[in-house]
Amino acid sequence: MLTNLILILVVLSNLKLLASSRLGAAIRVVAAQGVALGLLPILAHREPLAAHALLLAAGTITLKGVVFPWLLLRAIREVHVAREVEPFVGYSASLGAGVLILGISFWMCTRLPMPASIASSWLAPVALFSIFVGLFLIAARKRAISQVLGFLVLENGVYTFGVGVTSRTPLIVEIGVLLDVFVAVFIMGITIFHIQREFDHTAAAPAGEGKD
Amino acid sequence: MKLLTLIPPAAAMLLAPLLFGVIHRTKAWFAGRQGRPLLQSYFDLWKLLHKGAVYSATTSWIFRAAPMTALAALLTASLLMPFGHVAAPLEFPADFLLFIGLLGLARFATVLAALDTGSSFEGMGASREVFFSALAEPVLLLALATLVRQAQAGGPGSLATVFQRLTTRVHWLHDGPILALVVSALLVVLLAENARIPVDDPQTHLELTMIHEVMVLDHSGPDLAFIVYGTALKLWLLAALVVGMVLPPVSAIWLNLLLATAGMGVTAVAVGVVESVMARLRLALVPQLLVGAGALAAAAFLLGLA
Repeated sequence: MLTNLILILVVLSNLKLLASSRLGAAIRVVAAQGVALGLLPILAHREPLAAHALLLAAGTITLKGVVFPWLLLRAIREVHVAREVEPFVGYSASLGAGVLILGISFWMCTRLPMPASIASSWLAPVALFSIFVGLFLIAARKRAISQVLGFLVLENGVYTFGVGVTSRTPLIVEIGVLLDVFVAVFIMGITIFHIQREFDHTAAAPAGEGKD
Repeated sequence: MKLLTLIPPAAAMLLAPLLFGVIHRTKAWFAGRQGRPLLQSYFDLWKLLHKGAVYSATTSWIFRAAPMTALAALLTASLLMPFGHVAAPLEFPADFLLFIGLLGLARFATVLAALDTGSSFEGMGASREVFFSALAEPVLLLALATLVRQAQAGGPGSLATVFQRLTTRVHWLHDGPILALVVSALLVVLLAENARIPVDDPQTHLELTMIHEVMVLDHSGPDLAFIVYGTALKLWLLAALVVGMVLPPVSAIWLNLLLATAGMGVTAVAVGVVESVMARLRLALVPQLLVGAGALAAAAFLLGLA
């Protein structure tokens, strides 16, 4: 039951990401999605609570719910961007594409052989949906922050698939993936800051020359 | 035909203008005003019915026929919508398609009349109305298709059987999220189709920004009464759709009816609250809202399939 609720929240937050232009709101949506997905390892497994699941949940929630949003919110504050400007694909069109992607994900999962022990029949389609939406966001948006968010959504999809579908992923693999993502977001946050600073510098120079 | 089946259309015809009263009182309460009497809409209709109609020389018979056509279509639609788990007089498999068609026919008549006047404002309003309803109608269809599927009526059931099964057989913990998505999509459709905030402001007096109101500027007297009454009926019917799928039945018929009426009141209050706390959306953003509602309905449909 609760698993289904979380999966619907993931679908809705993905649709919201496709439709919204405000970066601050988008970051918070991704954070909420991360927290919701953090609860998934506790709920998805039928066997009694293992320390492994609890540890994974705690790590995921801390990283995706607190650290990433903090890093990204700091990044948009530093570079003074509040919203996406003129994306390659408009917001209504993105939403339409999102619904299409959702349909394709469900269709694809009817073609995939699934293990019998899967927690919810929506798990695999929603995981695929997140992966595709992440790719779509990376391709369709211009702002670097939006693309980082797309990457995070993509990773959330992989994570959903890993936690829900395979019954026992080794803890070390999951923690490793989490660490990779952490490093990636960290580096991206710094890079965005530097791109912005460089850009400001080069943009300001001709104006200064004009005054002399 | 059982006598009991006359209750839903009678309730719609008698109580529909009251919804406007409830919405107005809610908005007045939010603004700290007393507000107009609850029955003011009835007084207005009574007054309009006793006035003469003025017809522009440029209009043709279409302009005179449209208000009656629209009202006739909506009255027929009210024969299809069950209320308080009392079946409607007309009931047959997939009757919701006729219901949507009748709403479309009423709109078509109003739009034709607006175009018939040759006024540029009315043409603009007609264009917007058609554009937004072209986006809202698929959402309504998709939402109803999802409901019918979730109800598992074994083929396209009538609205009454769909409501019956939805509220009794469906496991709310399991199907609840899907139905919540459908309800939110339907509420957006309700606001858009009835020209309420955030899509259109029924209180506005600037023709440039109006959608529904600007189309009926040239109607007067009884014609205007028909149109206003038709708007009230439409609001009632769409609200009855939402209330019907949410409220579970209880044993006594009168209690069912009472609960459903209370549900309609709650819906009207909700519309009033939305109008009090929200500003109207920019016209360019309205399609986005409707596409968003469509995305919700489509997601509900797809999740229901899996």
